[in-house]
Amino acid sequence: MSTIKTAEKRSPVYLVASITAAILVWQILADYVVRNAFILPSFTDACTALLALHGTGAIWVDVWTSLMHFAIGLLLALLIGVPLGICMGWFDRVNRFLDPLIEIVRPIPPLAWIPFAIVWFGLTDFSAGVVIFIGSVFPILINTYEGFRNVPRVFVEAGRMLGCRNSLSLIRYIAFPAALPHLAAGFRIASGVAWMCLVAAEMFGVSRFGLGQKIWWFYNLHQMDNVLVYMLLLGFIGLFIDYLFRYGIERSLLRWRIGEVN
Amino acid sequence: MGSVEITALTRQFAREDGGTVLALDTVSLSIADDEFISFVGPSGCGKTTLLRIIAGLDQATSGSVLVDGNPILGPGPRVGMVFQEYSLFPWRSVLDNVAFGLEMKGVGKSERHEIAHTFISLVGLEQFEKSYPYELSGGMRQRVAIARALANDPDLLLMDEPFGALDAQTRNKMQAELLSIWDRSKKTILFVTHSVDEAVFLSDRIVVMSPRPGRVRSVVPVTIPRPRDRTAPAFATLRRDVLGLIDESAKQAND
Repeated sequence: MSTIKTAEKRSPVYLVASITAAILVWQILADYVVRNAFILPSFTDACTALLALHGTGAIWVDVWTSLMHFAIGLLLALLIGVPLGICMGWFDRVNRFLDPLIEIVRPIPPLAWIPFAIVWFGLTDFSAGVVIFIGSVFPILINTYEGFRNVPRVFVEAGRMLGCRNSLSLIRYIAFPAALPHLAAGFRIASGVAWMCLVAAEMFGVSRFGLGQKIWWFYNLHQMDNVLVYMLLLGFIGLFIDYLFRYGIERSLLRWRIGEVN
Repeated sequence: MGSVEITALTRQFAREDGGTVLALDTVSLSIADDEFISFVGPSGCGKTTLLRIIAGLDQATSGSVLVDGNPILGPGPRVGMVFQEYSLFPWRSVLDNVAFGLEMKGVGKSERHEIAHTFISLVGLEQFEKSYPYELSGGMRQRVAIARALANDPDLLLMDEPFGALDAQTRNKMQAELLSIWDRSKKTILFVTHSVDEAVFLSDRIVVMSPRPGRVRSVVPVTIPRPRDRTAPAFATLRRDVLGLIDESAKQAND
Protein backbone atom coordinates (compact mmCIF):
# COMPACT_ATOMS: atom_id res chain seq x y z
CA MET A 1 0.00 0.00 0.00
CA SER A 2 2.82 2.34 0.84
CA THR A 3 4.29 2.00 -2.65
CA ILE A 4 1.08 3.29 -4.20
CA LYS A 5 0.96 6.27 -1.90
CA THR A 6 4.50 7.33 -2.65
CA ALA A 7 3.75 7.02 -6.36
CA GLU A 8 0.77 9.33 -5.95
CA LYS A 9 2.67 11.97 -4.11
CA ARG A 10 5.57 11.95 -6.56
CA SER A 11 6.23 15.46 -7.71
CA PRO A 12 5.09 16.30 -11.26
CA VAL A 13 8.45 17.84 -12.18
CA TYR A 14 9.48 14.97 -14.44
CA LEU A 15 6.10 14.82 -16.10
CA VAL A 16 6.14 18.52 -16.97
CA ALA A 17 9.79 18.40 -18.03
CA SER A 18 9.37 15.43 -20.36
CA ILE A 19 6.33 16.89 -22.09
CA THR A 20 7.89 20.32 -22.44
CA ALA A 21 11.04 18.81 -23.90
CA ALA A 22 9.04 16.73 -26.39
CA ILE A 23 7.09 19.79 -27.56
CA LEU A 24 10.27 21.85 -27.94
CA VAL A 25 12.03 19.15 -29.98
CA TRP A 26 8.93 18.73 -32.12
CA GLN A 27 8.63 22.47 -32.77
CA ILE A 28 12.30 22.86 -33.63
CA LEU A 29 12.23 19.79 -35.86
CA ALA A 30 9.20 21.07 -37.76
CA ASP A 31 10.30 24.70 -38.09
CA TYR A 32 14.02 24.35 -38.77
CA VAL A 33 14.70 20.81 -40.02
CA VAL A 34 11.69 19.55 -41.95
CA ARG A 35 10.28 22.97 -42.85
CA ASN A 36 7.27 21.46 -44.55
CA ALA A 37 3.93 21.63 -42.73
CA PHE A 38 2.50 18.90 -44.96
CA ILE A 39 5.07 16.33 -43.85
CA LEU A 40 5.36 17.48 -40.25
CA PRO A 41 3.02 20.15 -38.91
CA SER A 42 4.56 21.91 -35.91
CA PHE A 43 3.11 22.11 -32.42
CA THR A 44 1.82 25.62 -33.05
CA ASP A 45 0.29 24.48 -36.37
CA ALA A 46 -1.57 21.78 -34.45
CA CYS A 47 -2.77 24.31 -31.85
CA THR A 48 -4.06 26.68 -34.54
CA ALA A 49 -5.81 23.81 -36.29
CA LEU A 50 -7.40 22.69 -33.04
CA LEU A 51 -8.76 26.18 -32.37
CA ALA A 52 -10.19 26.39 -35.88
CA LEU A 53 -11.81 22.96 -35.60
CA HIS A 54 -13.20 23.83 -32.20
CA GLY A 55 -14.66 27.01 -33.72
CA THR A 56 -16.77 25.08 -36.22
CA GLY A 57 -17.91 22.67 -33.51
CA ALA A 58 -17.47 19.72 -35.87
CA ILE A 59 -14.77 18.22 -33.71
CA TRP A 60 -17.15 17.66 -30.81
CA VAL A 61 -19.66 15.88 -33.04
CA ASP A 62 -16.84 13.51 -33.99
CA VAL A 63 -15.81 12.97 -30.38
CA TRP A 64 -19.39 12.29 -29.41
CA THR A 65 -19.95 9.88 -32.30
CA SER A 66 -16.77 7.96 -31.56
CA LEU A 67 -17.61 7.68 -27.89
CA MET A 68 -21.01 6.34 -28.87
CA HIS A 69 -19.46 3.68 -31.12
CA PHE A 70 -17.09 2.81 -28.32
CA ALA A 71 -19.92 2.51 -25.82
CA ILE A 72 -22.10 0.38 -28.11
CA GLY A 73 -19.22 -2.01 -28.78
CA LEU A 74 -18.05 -2.35 -25.19
CA LEU A 75 -21.56 -2.66 -23.81
CA LEU A 76 -22.37 -5.44 -26.27
CA ALA A 77 -19.09 -7.13 -25.38
CA LEU A 78 -19.91 -6.97 -21.67
CA LEU A 79 -23.48 -8.16 -22.14
CA ILE A 80 -22.35 -11.19 -24.13
CA GLY A 81 -18.80 -11.81 -22.91
CA VAL A 82 -19.41 -11.78 -19.16
CA PRO A 83 -22.37 -14.24 -19.00
CA LEU A 84 -20.70 -16.52 -21.54
CA GLY A 85 -17.41 -16.42 -19.63
CA ILE A 86 -19.24 -17.20 -16.39
CA CYS A 87 -21.01 -20.21 -17.90
CA MET A 88 -17.80 -21.50 -19.45
CA GLY A 89 -15.82 -21.02 -16.27
CA TRP A 90 -18.42 -22.62 -14.03
CA PHE A 91 -19.88 -25.42 -16.15
CA ASP A 92 -17.23 -27.59 -17.74
CA ARG A 93 -19.62 -28.98 -20.38
CA VAL A 94 -20.41 -25.49 -21.65
CA ASN A 95 -16.70 -24.82 -21.85
CA ARG A 96 -15.97 -28.00 -23.78
CA PHE A 97 -18.79 -27.24 -26.19
CA LEU A 98 -17.96 -23.58 -26.84
CA ASP A 99 -14.19 -23.56 -26.57
CA PRO A 100 -13.47 -25.00 -30.05
CA LEU A 101 -15.79 -22.49 -31.69
CA ILE A 102 -14.23 -19.60 -29.83
CA GLU A 103 -10.72 -20.74 -30.64
CA ILE A 104 -11.61 -20.80 -34.34
CA VAL A 105 -13.33 -17.41 -34.43
CA ARG A 106 -10.93 -15.59 -32.13
CA PRO A 107 -7.85 -15.46 -34.41
CA ILE A 108 -9.85 -13.66 -37.12
CA PRO A 109 -8.73 -10.03 -36.74
CA PRO A 110 -11.73 -7.86 -35.82
CA LEU A 111 -11.11 -5.62 -38.83
CA ALA A 112 -11.72 -8.55 -41.16
CA TRP A 113 -15.33 -8.39 -40.01
CA ILE A 114 -15.86 -4.90 -41.39
CA PRO A 115 -17.31 -6.00 -44.76
CA PHE A 116 -19.86 -8.22 -43.09
CA ALA A 117 -20.64 -5.59 -40.48
CA ILE A 118 -21.49 -3.22 -43.36
CA VAL A 119 -23.47 -5.85 -45.28
CA TRP A 120 -25.46 -6.87 -42.21
CA PHE A 121 -26.04 -3.54 -40.51
CA GLY A 122 -25.36 -0.94 -43.20
CA LEU A 123 -23.33 2.23 -42.79
CA THR A 124 -24.62 2.81 -39.28
CA ASP A 125 -23.33 3.56 -35.83
CA PHE A 126 -24.37 0.07 -34.82
CA SER A 127 -22.20 -1.37 -37.56
CA ALA A 128 -19.16 0.41 -36.13
CA GLY A 129 -20.19 -0.83 -32.71
CA VAL A 130 -20.26 -4.41 -33.98
CA VAL A 131 -16.65 -4.24 -35.19
CA ILE A 132 -15.60 -2.84 -31.81
CA PHE A 133 -17.64 -5.54 -30.11
CA ILE A 134 -15.76 -8.27 -31.97
CA GLY A 135 -12.46 -6.78 -30.91
CA SER A 136 -13.36 -6.41 -27.26
CA VAL A 137 -15.57 -9.41 -26.53
CA PHE A 138 -12.71 -11.93 -26.47
CA PRO A 139 -10.56 -10.28 -23.81
CA ILE A 140 -13.67 -9.90 -21.67
CA LEU A 141 -14.82 -13.46 -22.28
CA ILE A 142 -11.44 -15.05 -21.67
CA ASN A 143 -10.66 -13.04 -18.55
CA THR A 144 -14.07 -13.80 -17.09
CA TYR A 145 -13.51 -17.46 -17.81
CA GLU A 146 -10.04 -17.39 -16.26
CA GLY A 147 -11.37 -15.56 -13.23
CA PHE A 148 -14.04 -18.16 -12.64
CA ARG A 149 -11.61 -21.01 -13.22
CA ASN A 150 -9.24 -19.63 -10.62
CA VAL A 151 -11.69 -19.14 -7.78
CA PRO A 152 -9.97 -20.87 -4.85
CA ARG A 153 -11.78 -24.08 -3.98
CA VAL A 154 -11.80 -23.21 -0.30
CA PHE A 155 -13.98 -20.14 -0.98
CA VAL A 156 -16.53 -22.27 -2.80
CA GLU A 157 -16.52 -24.87 -0.04
CA ALA A 158 -16.78 -22.21 2.66
CA GLY A 159 -19.73 -20.78 0.75
CA ARG A 160 -21.40 -24.16 0.61
CA MET A 161 -20.83 -24.75 4.32
CA LEU A 162 -22.34 -21.35 5.08
CA GLY A 163 -25.52 -21.87 3.13
CA CYS A 164 -25.02 -21.32 -0.61
CA ARG A 165 -27.38 -23.99 -1.88
CA ASN A 166 -26.95 -23.91 -5.66
CA SER A 167 -24.73 -22.74 -8.51
CA LEU A 168 -26.62 -19.47 -8.79
CA SER A 169 -25.92 -18.36 -5.24
CA LEU A 170 -22.35 -19.66 -5.38
CA ILE A 171 -21.74 -17.68 -8.57
CA ARG A 172 -23.37 -14.56 -7.22
CA TYR A 173 -21.91 -14.49 -3.73
CA ILE A 174 -18.59 -16.31 -4.11
CA ALA A 175 -17.28 -16.77 -7.63
CA PHE A 176 -18.27 -13.40 -9.08
CA PRO A 177 -16.68 -11.24 -6.38
CA ALA A 178 -13.65 -13.53 -6.30
CA ALA A 179 -13.26 -13.22 -10.09
CA LEU A 180 -13.83 -9.47 -10.17
CA PRO A 181 -10.13 -8.53 -10.42
CA HIS A 182 -9.87 -10.73 -13.51
CA LEU A 183 -12.99 -9.17 -14.96
CA ALA A 184 -11.61 -5.70 -14.38
CA ALA A 185 -8.33 -6.61 -16.08
CA GLY A 186 -10.25 -8.03 -19.04
CA PHE A 187 -12.37 -4.93 -19.31
CA ARG A 188 -9.31 -2.73 -19.33
CA ILE A 189 -7.63 -4.74 -22.09
CA ALA A 190 -10.91 -4.76 -24.00
CA SER A 191 -11.26 -1.00 -23.82
CA GLY A 192 -7.79 -0.61 -25.33
CA VAL A 193 -8.58 -2.98 -28.17
CA ALA A 194 -11.94 -1.30 -28.68
CA TRP A 195 -10.28 2.08 -29.10
CA MET A 196 -8.03 0.67 -31.84
CA CYS A 197 -10.87 -1.05 -33.67
CA LEU A 198 -12.85 2.16 -33.52
CA VAL A 199 -10.39 4.08 -35.68
CA ALA A 200 -10.19 1.36 -38.29
CA ALA A 201 -13.95 0.80 -38.41
CA GLU A 202 -14.58 4.51 -38.86
CA MET A 203 -11.85 4.86 -41.49
CA PHE A 204 -13.54 2.26 -43.60
CA GLY A 205 -16.53 4.52 -43.83
CA VAL A 206 -18.78 2.57 -41.52
CA SER A 207 -19.90 5.90 -40.14
CA ARG A 208 -20.27 9.49 -41.42
CA PHE A 209 -18.70 11.01 -38.33
CA GLY A 210 -16.08 10.00 -35.84
CA LEU A 211 -12.45 10.57 -34.98
CA GLY A 212 -11.20 7.79 -37.25
CA GLN A 213 -13.43 8.83 -40.11
CA LYS A 214 -12.12 12.40 -39.91
CA ILE A 215 -8.50 11.33 -39.92
CA TRP A 216 -9.01 9.71 -43.32
CA TRP A 217 -11.16 12.58 -44.52
CA PHE A 218 -8.52 15.20 -43.73
CA TYR A 219 -5.81 13.01 -45.18
CA ASN A 220 -7.72 13.02 -48.47
CA LEU A 221 -7.88 16.81 -48.22
CA HIS A 222 -4.14 16.85 -47.47
CA GLN A 223 -4.77 18.78 -44.26
CA MET A 224 -2.17 17.05 -42.20
CA ASP A 225 -2.38 19.53 -39.33
CA ASN A 226 -5.98 18.46 -38.82
CA VAL A 227 -4.99 14.79 -39.09
CA LEU A 228 -2.49 15.40 -36.32
CA VAL A 229 -5.08 17.11 -34.12
CA TYR A 230 -7.36 14.09 -34.41
CA MET A 231 -4.51 11.71 -33.70
CA LEU A 232 -3.62 13.56 -30.53
CA LEU A 233 -7.27 13.70 -29.56
CA LEU A 234 -7.52 9.93 -29.94
CA GLY A 235 -4.50 9.50 -27.74
CA PHE A 236 -5.73 11.79 -25.03
CA ILE A 237 -9.25 10.43 -24.92
CA GLY A 238 -7.86 6.88 -24.80
CA LEU A 239 -5.59 7.88 -21.96
CA PHE A 240 -8.45 9.58 -20.16
CA ILE A 241 -10.73 6.54 -20.48
CA ASP A 242 -8.02 4.27 -19.11
CA TYR A 243 -7.34 6.69 -16.28
CA LEU A 244 -11.03 6.97 -15.41
CA PHE A 245 -11.30 3.25 -15.35
CA ARG A 246 -8.22 2.62 -13.26
CA TYR A 247 -8.96 5.15 -10.63
CA GLY A 248 -12.73 4.78 -10.67
CA ILE A 249 -13.24 1.05 -10.60
CA GLU A 250 -10.07 -0.36 -9.14
CA ARG A 251 -10.09 2.10 -6.30
CA SER A 252 -13.65 1.66 -5.16
CA LEU A 253 -14.69 -1.81 -6.29
CA LEU A 254 -11.44 -3.58 -5.63
CA ARG A 255 -10.26 -1.93 -2.47
CA TRP A 256 -9.65 -5.33 -0.92
CA ARG A 257 -7.58 -6.45 -3.86
CA ILE A 258 -5.11 -3.60 -3.67
CA GLY A 259 -4.25 -4.76 -0.18
CA GLU A 260 -3.97 -8.36 -1.31
CA VAL A 261 -1.51 -7.55 -4.04
CA ASN A 262 0.80 -5.30 -2.06
CA MET B 1 -27.52 -31.53 19.96
CA GLY B 2 -24.58 -32.45 17.76
CA SER B 3 -24.11 -36.17 18.32
CA VAL B 4 -22.38 -38.02 15.49
CA GLU B 5 -22.71 -41.68 14.63
CA ILE B 6 -20.16 -42.96 12.11
CA THR B 7 -20.75 -46.55 10.96
CA ALA B 8 -18.42 -48.62 8.79
CA LEU B 9 -17.39 -45.60 6.75
CA THR B 10 -15.25 -46.39 3.72
CA ARG B 11 -13.90 -44.01 1.11
CA GLN B 12 -12.07 -45.11 -2.01
CA PHE B 13 -10.39 -42.70 -4.40
CA ALA B 14 -9.75 -43.53 -8.03
CA ARG B 15 -6.11 -43.11 -9.05
CA GLU B 16 -4.89 -41.73 -12.36
CA ASP B 17 -3.55 -45.14 -13.41
CA GLY B 18 -6.95 -46.75 -12.93
CA GLY B 19 -6.26 -48.24 -9.51
CA THR B 20 -7.88 -47.21 -6.26
CA VAL B 21 -6.64 -45.85 -2.95
CA LEU B 22 -8.43 -46.75 0.24
CA ALA B 23 -8.46 -43.49 2.20
CA LEU B 24 -10.84 -44.67 4.92
CA ASP B 25 -11.49 -48.28 5.80
CA THR B 26 -14.64 -49.18 7.80
CA VAL B 27 -14.29 -46.35 10.29
CA SER B 28 -16.85 -46.51 13.10
CA LEU B 29 -17.13 -43.98 15.88
CA SER B 30 -19.75 -42.68 18.28
CA ILE B 31 -19.56 -39.07 19.40
CA ALA B 32 -21.81 -37.64 22.09
CA ASP B 33 -23.42 -34.19 22.31
CA ASP B 34 -21.06 -31.35 23.18
CA GLU B 35 -18.02 -33.56 23.08
CA PHE B 36 -14.61 -32.24 22.00
CA ILE B 37 -12.92 -34.87 19.84
CA SER B 38 -9.48 -34.59 18.21
CA PHE B 39 -8.24 -36.67 15.33
CA VAL B 40 -4.50 -37.26 15.14
CA GLY B 41 -2.37 -39.49 12.97
CA PRO B 42 0.37 -39.44 10.36
CA SER B 43 -0.33 -37.74 7.03
CA GLY B 44 -2.39 -39.87 4.71
CA CYS B 45 -4.47 -41.39 7.49
CA GLY B 46 -7.68 -39.88 6.14
CA LYS B 47 -8.40 -37.40 8.95
CA THR B 48 -9.28 -34.62 6.55
CA THR B 49 -11.28 -36.96 4.29
CA LEU B 50 -13.30 -38.08 7.30
CA LEU B 51 -14.01 -34.49 8.25
CA ARG B 52 -15.01 -33.58 4.70
CA ILE B 53 -17.46 -36.48 4.56
CA ILE B 54 -19.04 -35.41 7.85
CA ALA B 55 -19.22 -31.87 6.43
CA GLY B 56 -21.01 -33.15 3.35
CA LEU B 57 -18.28 -31.85 1.03
CA ASP B 58 -17.27 -35.38 0.06
CA GLN B 59 -19.24 -38.62 -0.24
CA ALA B 60 -18.43 -41.96 1.36
CA THR B 61 -18.07 -45.02 -0.85
CA SER B 62 -20.00 -47.01 1.75
CA GLY B 63 -21.10 -46.71 5.34
CA SER B 64 -23.01 -43.89 6.94
CA VAL B 65 -22.71 -40.72 9.00
CA LEU B 66 -25.64 -39.61 11.11
CA VAL B 67 -25.71 -36.22 12.82
CA ASP B 68 -28.40 -36.23 15.52
CA GLY B 69 -29.85 -39.26 13.77
CA ASN B 70 -30.10 -37.65 10.34
CA PRO B 71 -27.95 -38.76 7.40
CA ILE B 72 -25.62 -36.18 5.85
CA LEU B 73 -26.74 -35.46 2.29
CA GLY B 74 -24.63 -32.35 1.66
CA PRO B 75 -23.41 -29.23 3.43
CA GLY B 76 -26.07 -27.97 5.82
CA PRO B 77 -26.48 -25.14 8.30
CA ARG B 78 -26.28 -27.48 11.31
CA VAL B 79 -22.67 -28.32 10.56
CA GLY B 80 -20.02 -25.58 10.53
CA MET B 81 -16.47 -25.81 9.25
CA VAL B 82 -13.22 -23.96 9.88
CA PHE B 83 -10.70 -24.69 7.16
CA GLN B 84 -6.98 -25.20 7.38
CA GLU B 85 -6.15 -22.54 4.81
CA TYR B 86 -7.41 -18.99 5.06
CA SER B 87 -10.96 -19.15 3.86
CA LEU B 88 -12.25 -15.67 4.66
CA PHE B 89 -13.73 -13.91 1.66
CA PRO B 90 -11.18 -11.17 0.94
CA TRP B 91 -13.80 -8.94 -0.71
CA ARG B 92 -15.89 -8.74 2.45
CA SER B 93 -15.14 -6.89 5.65
CA VAL B 94 -14.81 -8.87 8.89
CA LEU B 95 -18.39 -7.96 9.77
CA ASP B 96 -19.77 -9.09 6.41
CA ASN B 97 -17.71 -12.27 6.49
CA VAL B 98 -19.16 -13.24 9.84
CA ALA B 99 -22.66 -12.24 8.73
CA PHE B 100 -22.40 -14.25 5.49
CA GLY B 101 -24.19 -17.39 6.69
CA LEU B 102 -27.03 -15.33 8.13
CA GLU B 103 -27.27 -13.38 4.88
CA MET B 104 -27.70 -16.67 3.01
CA LYS B 105 -30.46 -17.60 5.46
CA GLY B 106 -32.24 -14.35 4.59
CA VAL B 107 -31.75 -12.61 7.93
CA GLY B 108 -32.19 -8.83 7.59
CA LYS B 109 -29.20 -6.53 7.51
CA SER B 110 -29.43 -4.89 10.93
CA GLU B 111 -30.25 -8.15 12.67
CA ARG B 112 -27.46 -10.11 11.04
CA HIS B 113 -24.95 -7.37 11.77
CA GLU B 114 -26.02 -7.41 15.38
CA ILE B 115 -25.55 -11.18 15.62
CA ALA B 116 -22.24 -10.97 13.77
CA HIS B 117 -21.14 -8.29 16.18
CA THR B 118 -21.76 -10.59 19.14
CA PHE B 119 -19.59 -13.32 17.67
CA ILE B 120 -16.84 -10.90 16.69
CA SER B 121 -16.79 -9.76 20.31
CA LEU B 122 -16.65 -13.40 21.37
CA VAL B 123 -13.35 -13.80 19.53
CA GLY B 124 -12.17 -10.39 20.73
CA LEU B 125 -11.99 -8.49 17.44
CA GLU B 126 -14.55 -5.71 17.93
CA GLN B 127 -12.19 -3.00 16.76
CA PHE B 128 -11.56 -4.84 13.47
CA GLU B 129 -15.16 -5.17 12.30
CA LYS B 130 -14.64 -2.82 9.38
CA SER B 131 -11.27 -4.26 8.39
CA TYR B 132 -10.67 -6.46 5.39
CA PRO B 133 -8.98 -9.85 5.77
CA TYR B 134 -5.69 -8.63 4.28
CA GLU B 135 -5.38 -6.22 7.16
CA LEU B 136 -5.45 -9.02 9.73
CA SER B 137 -2.72 -11.34 11.00
CA GLY B 138 -2.99 -15.10 10.54
CA GLY B 139 -4.31 -15.69 14.04
CA MET B 140 -6.89 -12.95 13.68
CA ARG B 141 -8.08 -14.39 10.38
CA GLN B 142 -8.65 -17.79 11.94
CA ARG B 143 -10.51 -16.18 14.82
CA VAL B 144 -12.80 -14.48 12.30
CA ALA B 145 -13.24 -17.82 10.53
CA ILE B 146 -14.30 -19.38 13.84
CA ALA B 147 -16.70 -16.49 14.50
CA ARG B 148 -18.11 -16.92 10.99
CA ALA B 149 -18.76 -20.62 11.55
CA LEU B 150 -20.28 -19.99 14.99
CA ALA B 151 -22.57 -17.18 13.80
CA ASN B 152 -24.49 -19.77 11.81
CA ASP B 153 -25.19 -21.52 15.13
CA PRO B 154 -24.22 -25.05 14.06
CA ASP B 155 -24.70 -28.00 16.43
CA LEU B 156 -21.50 -29.52 15.16
CA LEU B 157 -18.29 -27.62 14.44
CA LEU B 158 -15.61 -29.22 12.28
CA MET B 159 -12.11 -27.82 12.42
CA ASP B 160 -9.45 -28.97 9.97
CA GLU B 161 -6.04 -28.01 11.39
CA PRO B 162 -7.28 -24.48 11.95
CA PHE B 163 -4.14 -23.39 13.81
CA GLY B 164 -1.67 -25.23 11.60
CA ALA B 165 -0.32 -22.06 10.00
CA LEU B 166 0.14 -20.14 13.25
CA ASP B 167 3.26 -19.65 15.32
CA ALA B 168 3.52 -21.57 18.59
CA GLN B 169 2.61 -18.68 20.87
CA THR B 170 -0.43 -17.57 18.91
CA ARG B 171 -1.42 -21.19 18.66
CA ASN B 172 -1.44 -21.70 22.42
CA LYS B 173 -3.47 -18.56 22.88
CA MET B 174 -5.97 -19.65 20.24
CA GLN B 175 -6.36 -23.05 21.89
CA ALA B 176 -7.24 -21.47 25.22
CA GLU B 177 -9.65 -19.14 23.46
CA LEU B 178 -11.29 -21.98 21.58
CA LEU B 179 -11.89 -23.82 24.83
CA SER B 180 -13.50 -20.80 26.40
CA ILE B 181 -15.71 -20.34 23.32
CA TRP B 182 -16.66 -24.01 23.41
CA ASP B 183 -17.45 -23.65 27.09
CA ARG B 184 -19.81 -20.77 26.45
CA SER B 185 -21.48 -21.91 23.23
CA LYS B 186 -21.64 -25.67 23.92
CA LYS B 187 -21.26 -27.52 20.66
CA THR B 188 -19.77 -30.75 19.50
CA ILE B 189 -16.33 -30.03 18.06
CA LEU B 190 -14.37 -32.38 15.82
CA PHE B 191 -10.82 -31.13 15.55
CA VAL B 192 -8.19 -32.45 13.15
CA THR B 193 -4.60 -31.71 14.08
CA HIS B 194 -1.02 -32.80 13.54
CA SER B 195 -0.06 -31.71 17.02
CA VAL B 196 -0.47 -34.24 19.81
CA ASP B 197 0.17 -31.47 22.30
CA GLU B 198 -2.79 -29.57 20.91
CA ALA B 199 -4.99 -32.67 20.98
CA VAL B 200 -4.16 -33.43 24.62
CA PHE B 201 -4.70 -29.82 25.64
CA LEU B 202 -8.10 -29.53 24.00
CA SER B 203 -9.95 -32.82 23.80
CA ASP B 204 -12.30 -35.01 25.76
CA ARG B 205 -11.16 -37.92 23.61
CA ILE B 206 -8.38 -38.34 21.05
CA VAL B 207 -8.95 -40.54 18.03
CA VAL B 208 -5.62 -41.93 16.81
CA MET B 209 -5.74 -42.98 13.17
CA SER B 210 -3.41 -45.15 11.13
CA PRO B 211 -2.56 -44.56 7.48
CA ARG B 212 -3.11 -46.48 4.23
CA PRO B 213 -5.81 -47.51 4.67
CA GLY B 214 -7.12 -44.94 7.16
CA ARG B 215 -8.46 -46.74 10.22
CA VAL B 216 -9.24 -45.85 13.80
CA ARG B 217 -6.31 -47.26 15.71
CA SER B 218 -7.48 -46.34 19.18
CA VAL B 219 -9.58 -43.83 21.04
CA VAL B 220 -7.85 -42.27 24.03
CA PRO B 221 -9.96 -40.54 26.67
CA VAL B 222 -8.37 -37.47 28.27
CA THR B 223 -9.40 -37.26 31.90
CA ILE B 224 -7.06 -34.47 32.99
CA PRO B 225 -9.29 -31.69 34.40
CA ARG B 226 -9.35 -28.34 32.59
CA PRO B 227 -7.65 -25.88 32.53
CA ARG B 228 -4.82 -28.23 31.63
CA ASP B 229 -1.20 -27.56 32.42
CA ARG B 230 1.10 -28.57 29.59
CA THR B 231 4.00 -29.08 31.98
CA ALA B 232 2.13 -31.38 34.37
CA PRO B 233 3.39 -35.00 34.53
CA ALA B 234 -0.04 -36.43 33.62
CA PHE B 235 -0.08 -34.25 30.50
CA ALA B 236 3.41 -35.38 29.47
CA THR B 237 2.60 -39.04 30.07
CA LEU B 238 -0.51 -38.90 27.94
CA ARG B 239 1.29 -37.03 25.20
CA ARG B 240 3.98 -39.70 25.15
CA ASP B 241 1.39 -42.48 24.99
CA VAL B 242 -0.43 -40.90 22.07
CA LEU B 243 2.82 -40.21 20.22
CA GLY B 244 3.76 -43.85 20.75
CA LEU B 245 0.50 -44.98 19.20
CA ILE B 246 1.06 -42.75 16.17
CA ASP B 247 4.64 -43.96 15.71
CA GLU B 248 3.59 -47.60 15.86
CA SER B 249 0.85 -47.15 13.31
CA ALA B 250 3.19 -45.22 11.01
CA LYS B 251 5.76 -48.01 11.25
CA GLN B 252 3.17 -50.64 10.48
CA ALA B 253 2.10 -48.72 7.43
CA ASN B 254 5.68 -48.46 6.17
CA ASP B 255 6.48 -52.17 6.58
